[in-house]
Amino acid sequence: MKQLPANFIIGAVLVAFVVGVAALSLIWTPHDPTDLNIRAKFGAPSHVNWLGTDQLGRDLVSQLMAAARNSMTVALVAVLLGGSIGVALGLLASAIGGWVEDIVMRLADLGFAFPALLFAIMLAAVFGPSLTNAVLAIAFINIPIFARVARASGNQIWTREYVLAARAAGMNKFTITLDHILPNIAAAVIVQATIEFAVAILAEAALSYLGLGAQPPASSWGRMLSEAQTLMYLAPELAIYPGLCIVTAVLGFGLLGDGLRDMTDPRLARAR
Amino acid sequence: MFEMHEMTVRFSIGDALRDASLRIAPGDRLGIVGESGSGKSMLAACLMGMVPQSATLSGRLTIDGTDMTHAAEDLWQTIRARRAAMIFQEPMSALNPLRRVGDTVAEPMRVHLGLGKAQARARVQALFEEVGIPDPSARLRMFPHELSGGQRQRVLIALALACDPELLIADEPTTALDANVALKITDLLVHLSQSRNMALVFISHDLAAVARATTEIAVMYGGDIVERGPTAAVLGTPAHPYTQGLLAARPDPRAMPREADGSRRRLPTIPGSVPPLQAMAKGCRFTGRCAVERSECASVKPVPTGPRHTTCHALLHEETP
Repeated sequence: MKQLPANFIIGAVLVAFVVGVAALSLIWTPHDPTDLNIRAKFGAPSHVNWLGTDQLGRDLVSQLMAAARNSMTVALVAVLLGGSIGVALGLLASAIGGWVEDIVMRLADLGFAFPALLFAIMLAAVFGPSLTNAVLAIAFINIPIFARVARASGNQIWTREYVLAARAAGMNKFTITLDHILPNIAAAVIVQATIEFAVAILAEAALSYLGLGAQPPASSWGRMLSEAQTLMYLAPELAIYPGLCIVTAVLGFGLLGDGLRDMTDPRLARAR
Repeated sequence: MFEMHEMTVRFSIGDALRDASLRIAPGDRLGIVGESGSGKSMLAACLMGMVPQSATLSGRLTIDGTDMTHAAEDLWQTIRARRAAMIFQEPMSALNPLRRVGDTVAEPMRVHLGLGKAQARARVQALFEEVGIPDPSARLRMFPHELSGGQRQRVLIALALACDPELLIADEPTTALDANVALKITDLLVHLSQSRNMALVFISHDLAAVARATTEIAVMYGGDIVERGPTAAVLGTPAHPYTQGLLAARPDPRAMPREADGSRRRLPTIPGSVPPLQAMAKGCRFTGRCAVERSECASVKPVPTGPRHTTCHALLHEETP
């Protein structure tokens, strides 16, 4: 049995914790995260409110848990959406080549050049700020990233002799792409998806912080941060806890992605 | 019936194949020999419609009289596997590492013949038996890395036979294999060709394997077919200086006695090396390495002459036709 890389183990533990908490919030939180109790505002940690209460007397633990769920959902939907469109475009570019490839890749460059935040603000300006628009904005920035990964690894697979053998067996490009290219680039795509998941969590927090993501009363780490900002001297813990949550989630997925990359990259595997 | 008439494959840097003419009838066993870069694989690619897009084709390629020279990719997809199939040099890299070998072999049957899962599986099993894979029902569930090199090559042969092709092109099928495994694979290919009345194009630089496997032979140099004819005749009495050089350069431990003073005789070689495509002579491409070179060789392309279609100026002048 090969030794698992340390970053993989640490990342997996952190991710398991964050995802576990988010999943738990679906069925149970200590309190209703939106339950106001103005008399109990800025409550200290107690056996009732484990981390205390915020400026409106809402239970902090419950809010953080609900926010974890929102954050995971946004990241998952955004990465899946952007990832599948990106991978499809990348595979198309790689399979057809020529001017199709040129156009797709130049569009990807354009997507890269366009700041995600600007795009989110644009969406918010046109359709109003909402979690859906935040998801779309994050998905959009993922498209060129995945298109590049899929095309680069796809091009590599297209030169393999088993693809030549499949062509010699009369397979068309569509069949070859589905049966030979996609399974062989899956590892690279999954690694990228894990890393982009971390980026998406951060992006959701940033957009919600700016008021372009989750709208009240939905819980969000980013929005909790922005609300706590004005109370930094009064109750710094209100900013610290969501901040720690963001760090944990981003670090967890980032390390997991790095660990997966180390495990699937044959060059690194041989060096170990 | 596959016919090639003066096929030329032109790239911007030069011709990878020049005026190649061939005729392959059902059951024919044709060997193609030559050094690396002699155009052997390009000839095979022509027969499969798999010449790189950057090349321009001229001449004529017909399959049962239908002109396929400039046929579109989707027409070729109906030819491949069903009419002409191919096996490759590296049995390791010619199989998708993530697919069970049974699925790989079943794929063309399901796509081209419209077989269902169970039918395809039964057929794969029968094919595995035919190509000599023991315990086929277990083997077809294995991944390529679980099989030995010889077994993998047999799987590739089964893949090529999936849709009962009329022509099987084997591009250096034994180069990556052990000598005894190579021998078995060679014999298997001959056996399959005979039992199925399937034409076999056996590409190799191993003259012994070609002699064993084929009845006809075409010798290639620098994109030209310099000589072709019955295998025994060409290898017995080579006409073209290149074929003569190739045969002389073959090590044979029995025919290589030591000299009187006990030293080993040096193995004769063909002087020089194959020039890159862009530096090839306009005329005979063997120019510069040839022992019987004449003044016109470099500039005038020799016309195929005699029963073996030999392309050599020296020969033309030697024996008046």
